[in-house]
Amino acid sequence: MSEHKITLTVNGREMSGHAEARLTLVDFLRDVLGQTGTHIGCEHGVCGACSVVMDGKPVRSCLMFAVMADGHEITTVEGLEGPNGELSPLQDAFWENHAMQCGYCTPGMLIATHTLLQENPDPDEAEIREAIGGNLCRCTGYQQIVEAVQMAAKKVQEAS
Amino acid sequence: MKAANFDYVRVASINEACQALADGGEDARIIAGGQTMIPLMAMRLARPSLLIDINDVSELAGITVAGDHLIIRAGTRQADTLASEVVKSQLPLLADALSHVGHTQTRNRGTIGGSLVNADPSAEIPLIAQTLDATIVAQSTRGQRTIAAGDFFDSAMATTLAPDECLVEARFPIWPSENTGFGFHEVSIRNSDYALAAAAAQTTLDENGNCLRLSIAICGASPAPLRLINVEQALTGSELSDNMIKAACANIDDLIDPQSDVHADAAYRGRVAKVVAARAIGDARDRAKGILV
Repeated sequence: MSEHKITLTVNGREMSGHAEARLTLVDFLRDVLGQTGTHIGCEHGVCGACSVVMDGKPVRSCLMFAVMADGHEITTVEGLEGPNGELSPLQDAFWENHAMQCGYCTPGMLIATHTLLQENPDPDEAEIREAIGGNLCRCTGYQQIVEAVQMAAKKVQEAS
Repeated sequence: MKAANFDYVRVASINEACQALADGGEDARIIAGGQTMIPLMAMRLARPSLLIDINDVSELAGITVAGDHLIIRAGTRQADTLASEVVKSQLPLLADALSHVGHTQTRNRGTIGGSLVNADPSAEIPLIAQTLDATIVAQSTRGQRTIAAGDFFDSAMATTLAPDECLVEARFPIWPSENTGFGFHEVSIRNSDYALAAAAAQTTLDENGNCLRLSIAICGASPAPLRLINVEQALTGSELSDNMIKAACANIDDLIDPQSDVHADAAYRGRVAKVVAARAIGDARDRAKGILV
C-alpha cells in the first residue's frame, strides 16, 4: 500500500514526514510532526475537535488524509499565539470567560471562532452560534464560549 | 476508527482521473472533499483499494452560466457555491438549501458533485437537482454522457453512475425570474444535522397570480429525492391557496416510503414530509408574488 512523503507548512514552518495514505491529517500532525495541540475526538467528522485552518479556511483534520494536504498551509491552535508566545485576544477571552471546562473541544472551538472573527470582526450571537455549530462541547453549554467570542471581538475593535 | 490500507494517486486532469478509474478496477474511487467517504472508510463501511484525488483538477471547479442553465463543475466546494453571487441571483433555491448542508468546516471541503454521487436520501443538493430537473454530466474513458436527475438517483446512497465514470458537472435550469419564487423547508434534530425530511419548491405564477408552473420534491421520506408529480399536477393552474396546497400535499402516502430510525419513526417522517412540502410551496408562491423576501 502506498506510502508518501508529505510536506506541509504548519504555523509558518515547513515540516515534512512519511505516512501511509490512510493516515489522517490530525494523526500526521500529532504523531509524525509532534503538533499535539489539535485534539482527536470522534474521528469521523462529527465533533469538530480536530478543526484546523487549511489555506485560510477551517476544516476537519480527521476528514482528510494527510497525503491530501501535501503542499498546503495549515494553521493549528499552536499558531494562534502572539509573536512572543502570549495568548491571542481570543484565547485570552476564553480564559477570562471560563469558556472551557475539560478543554477537549477548545482547540477546535478556537479555530472555528478565530476564522469567524477574521471574516466577520463583529459577529452577532446567531453568527457565533452558527460558526461553532460543527463543534461539540459537553461541558460549558456553549454560553461562555459565545460570551468569550463577543468579548474578544469587542476588545480587538476597541484596540484598533 | 482508522481506514483500511489503500493506494493513493493525485491526478491533474479529468482524463487522468478517468484513466485511473478504468485501470483501478471496481474498488477504485474518486475522492474530492471526502466529507462522507472518509467517515465511511474510518468505520470500514467503505474499503476502496485505490483513491483517486481530484482536488488539484482545476477544470473540475467553477460556476458558469450558459444560456438558461447554471453549470456547476463537480469539484466546486459547497462553501464557494453558497458564497457565489451568481448562484444567489440565478439559483436562489440552491443557495438557500446549501446553508443547511453540514457546517462551515465540512462545506469548505465538501463538493457539489460529491454530494450528488453520494446520494444520501436526506441530502439537500440531490434534492435541489431533482426539484429543478438538473442534468448530470459523467465522463469515462468511453466518452461523456448526460443523465437526467430523475434517472440518476437510484436508491439510498446509490446512483446510476457506472464504476468507471467520473461526475464532471451538474447543469441546473434557470427559470425566467419574473413571477417566480422558491421555497425550502427542512426539519432536523439539530441545526445543519441530517434532515428528517426536507422539501424544495419553485413556482411561476401568471399575471392573475395563478400557478403556471410548479416543481416540488422532498427528501428524507423516500430512498431517493422524490418529485411529487401528483402535487404538481393538482396545483398547476390553481390559485395556490393554503388549503389547496395542504390538501394536495396530504395526498402523497402512495408515493413516499419513509423509514424508521433512532431519530424518527416512519409515520412521523411521513407527516413531516407533508408539512415541509406544503410550507415550501407556500413560500415559493409568496416569493413569486414578491411579498416574501
